[in-house]
Amino acid sequence: MNGFAEMIIKTEDIIVKTIARILIPFIQLFSLYVIMHGHYSPGGGFQGGVIMGASLVLLFLTHGYEESKERMSEKAAILFSSTGVLIYSGIGLLCLLLLGNYLDYGRLSLILNVDLAHARSLGILGVEIGVGFAVMAVMFSIFLDISTGGIEPGEEKKNEKASTR
Amino acid sequence: MKILGLIVTMVTGALLMYGTADMPDWGDPNSPANSRISPRYIEKTEIETATPNIVTSILADYRGYDTLGETTVIFTAGVSCILLLRRRRKG
Repeated sequence: MNGFAEMIIKTEDIIVKTIARILIPFIQLFSLYVIMHGHYSPGGGFQGGVIMGASLVLLFLTHGYEESKERMSEKAAILFSSTGVLIYSGIGLLCLLLLGNYLDYGRLSLILNVDLAHARSLGILGVEIGVGFAVMAVMFSIFLDISTGGIEPGEEKKNEKASTR
Repeated sequence: MKILGLIVTMVTGALLMYGTADMPDWGDPNSPANSRISPRYIEKTEIETATPNIVTSILADYRGYDTLGETTVIFTAGVSCILLLRRRRKG
């Protein structure tokens, strides 16, 4: 149990760390490709977001809590997940403000300066990006909470020391 | 109380099974979904949304409100996990 808690905080295996360091950028690039290419091939916000979340989970597993906190902290995860939902509902609200129906992307042609069909295409893209944000952050946040048991790794140790005294 | 629950479940199940008898056969080409809705999407998706992937255009455009709900469900799952599991002290 003690060893596991230490492993969560920091890992030292150089092979695992190096392989992960090589792989993570490609995984993240692939996730962006899946989101952006959702118009032409299977994919979209949900799938791309999950792949991006998986890359962050890999970072957490191989580099430990301390290093992954610098890339994606719990606060950032909460902020990103709510930002994603905000992007989605914000695009819907924008259509409403442009005198259309809620989530009627055709209305975006008034401000985007493109024809109706392409405005809807861009609206779909914006919505997918919002979904990607939300899914990525929520996946990482759930993983973080379950793997650490909701306690900040390291804090547990301090508490134990204080109680034994 | 358990027997009452069982009876309610059985009656609801039987009603639902009775209801499915009215539904069109699986893959029936003459059902309303297959004879009107599917051709409408297949024909108009490219023209209306400039998106070759019909699944994406239905998911995010024609049924966009549904997907907003799905995103909210995922967000709610994340927030529930935080509320239930996180017991971190401040500072």
